[in-house]
Amino acid sequence: MSEHLLEVRDLKQYFRVSKKYTVKAVDGVSFHIDAGETYGLVGESGSGKSTIGRSIIRLYTPTSGTVTFEGVEISGALGAKETKHLRTRMQMIFQDPMACLNPRKKVGDIIAQGLDIHHLYRDREERQEKVYRIMEKMGLDREHAGRYPHQFSGGQRQRIGIARALVMEPKLVIADEPISALDVSIQAQVVNLMKDLQGELGAAYLFIAHDLSMVKYISDRIGVLHLGHLVETGTTRDIFERPIHPYTKSLLSAIPHADPRVEKQRVAIGYDYKTSGIDYTLGTYHSLSETHTVLCTDEEFAKWTRV
Amino acid sequence: MEKTLTIRDLSVSFQATGGTVRAVRGVDLDLYQGETLAIVGESGSGKSVTVKAIMGIVSSNQTIDSGSICYRFQQDGEWTETELLNLSRNEMRQKINGTHIAMVFQDPMTSLDPTMSIGMQLMEGMMHHLHYSKAQARERALELLNMVGITDAEKRMKNYPHQLSGGMRQRVVIAIALSCRPDILICDEPTTALDVTIQAKILELIQEIQKKTGISVIYITHDLGVVAKVADYVAVMYAGRIVEKGTVEDIFYDPRHPYTWGLLSSMPDISTDAPDRLYTIPGSPPNMVDLPAGDPFAPRNPFALEADFKAEPPTFQISPTHYAATWLLDDRAPQVEMPESLRSRIQAMTEGGGVCV
Ligand SMILES: Nc1ncnc2c1ncn2[C@@H]1O[C@H](COP(=O)(O)OP(=O)(O)OP(=O)(O)O)[C@@H](O)[C@H]1O
Ligand SMILES: Nc1ncnc2c1ncn2[C@@H]1O[C@H](COP(=O)(O)OP(=O)(O)OP(=O)(O)O)[C@@H](O)[C@H]1O
Ligand SMILES: [Mg+2]
Ligand SMILES: [Mg+2]
Repeated sequence: MSEHLLEVRDLKQYFRVSKKYTVKAVDGVSFHIDAGETYGLVGESGSGKSTIGRSIIRLYTPTSGTVTFEGVEISGALGAKETKHLRTRMQMIFQDPMACLNPRKKVGDIIAQGLDIHHLYRDREERQEKVYRIMEKMGLDREHAGRYPHQFSGGQRQRIGIARALVMEPKLVIADEPISALDVSIQAQVVNLMKDLQGELGAAYLFIAHDLSMVKYISDRIGVLHLGHLVETGTTRDIFERPIHPYTKSLLSAIPHADPRVEKQRVAIGYDYKTSGIDYTLGTYHSLSETHTVLCTDEEFAKWTRV
Repeated sequence: MEKTLTIRDLSVSFQATGGTVRAVRGVDLDLYQGETLAIVGESGSGKSVTVKAIMGIVSSNQTIDSGSICYRFQQDGEWTETELLNLSRNEMRQKINGTHIAMVFQDPMTSLDPTMSIGMQLMEGMMHHLHYSKAQARERALELLNMVGITDAEKRMKNYPHQLSGGMRQRVVIAIALSCRPDILICDEPTTALDVTIQAKILELIQEIQKKTGISVIYITHDLGVVAKVADYVAVMYAGRIVEKGTVEDIFYDPRHPYTWGLLSSMPDISTDAPDRLYTIPGSPPNMVDLPAGDPFAPRNPFALEADFKAEPPTFQISPTHYAATWLLDDRAPQVEMPESLRSRIQAMTEGGGVCV
């Protein structure tokens, strides 16, 4: 029995592209998320971040490994009970708000969709009430409920996507690049809102993003993914102030600074897995502290932690 | 330096159900050979519409109300000039798009054909425009995929777009844009789906190509770190107008327009501890169908003057390179300083000489 909200153990997700070619998108990843916290997932493009999110919420069937959510295993065959548990207590926010909002449905009905499917209200009135309440929290007017998605700006649409997820009062929200498509000032708006609502509803977030300054701002803990392996995880402080893994270091060194004189001269620390001599499959999780873990061999651990 | 693109008084509108959307209103912009121009600004401010006009991409409900886009390029050692707005769609496609001016579109999924392998999509343009043989095109396609950091390029050539991650698709689109060796490369949010290491790699790759071949690049991005890294010149758009433009140093160290102040303030500062809340520009973007009288930014502008609600400000010149459209620069305006938090952030940048991880 785990006391964590979400416990991912040795998750593997392979895709067989052709007879000779299988992509090991996620290759033995373990981490946990506690109630009410934000876990940021960062890493190279193609490293398996979206796949992890999609495997957890069962858009894919995991190749192997276990995922336990509120004490219920959700990685195996799903019965009606598990399905309902998963679909009501866990929600996903997608990167492209337009692609996942049905253009022919009114915004009010889009937001209420999950409530409708799972009959999570006594009557029309309670349904309406729930929709209005979440819209108000998201800074949307009641009268917007009667409009269609294309009548909104990008930032408003993303808030509709978030409202649709949060109206379910989920305990875990998987947010896959929820702000990437938005401009800076609207990004800030959406992130502030997500934080406020977290305080109110006590939801935990799995926050997938590339913008490390936003990840730093919103996350309590962070996991760093490379080539399907979770190479390092720790509190936001652990990762930003004491990165151990060479990939993490390289990633942090590549964050662009909004300062042209610095930025034009800065050289990032390179990292090439092929020539690094590191073999992720040989590594095991080594702990630096209660919160900070890195994937490596004993020798690598000794080498990387030597001051 | 040779000027390669001169945009004057460009205005574009759309007929929509609610009325006429005045998406671009009198844009003036220059692009020099070998230079990198960044366009930043609010969502819906007309950035994409502006660059699509350069590419001759016009939707059916769209009209170009005024303006000219003059393209100068070298042909057999001679400089030639063409007014792009006079070319037909077909002429654009045959003579300009891809080979002279190439564009990476905002949404990579819409510019890839879901039914065709990515290898074929890469090779197609080169076989058509550059008359490469299939073998030549294949070889260069592999080279391009390697260049944009796609490993296992040989196997990936056979993949269909949905089998790639978001960032991989974006890199394929960049490879396609580079494939026909354009003089001008336009990138609309080219790196939003990429992690910072691959983003840096792509930006450096484009810079390298720029150094070698002297191509000019236009970036549209909301990542001010990217702007700081690559841009020589920056244009800031709001509600269809360029409200401020200047060298990258003008914009980052001496911003003059209150919208630019808001934009720079909204960015979390990675070098300090996270604040409790991020700064956001108050209010919401203007309705482009019913623009209010005066400066469209006025209702959201804490520094708005009375004049801002009456008439749209003209563009004032601050230095030979730096321009801004705000009444604050009028002689009669009171002295108004940028917000203190931004001022101290800029001061830390200019004095600190830059400390970084
Ligand atoms: N449906 C699929 N079929 C085949 N391969 C897939 C599929 N979905 C993902 N992959 C592969 O799995 C790997 C991981 O992809 P994923 O989308 O999880 O990456 P990511 O970390 O989210 O990257 P990005 O930051 O670019 O979005 C990639 O190599 C991708 O090509
Ligand atoms: N086909 C169209 N019909 C009607 N209005 C349109 C059309 N295309 C664009 N617009 C409108 O024109 C304005 C400018 O759009 P544009 O795509 O240039 O914005 P942008 O600055 O690129 O924003 P973003 O940062 O969100 O990509 C917006 O108000 C948009 O709604
Ligand atoms: Mg992804
Ligand atoms: Mg755009």
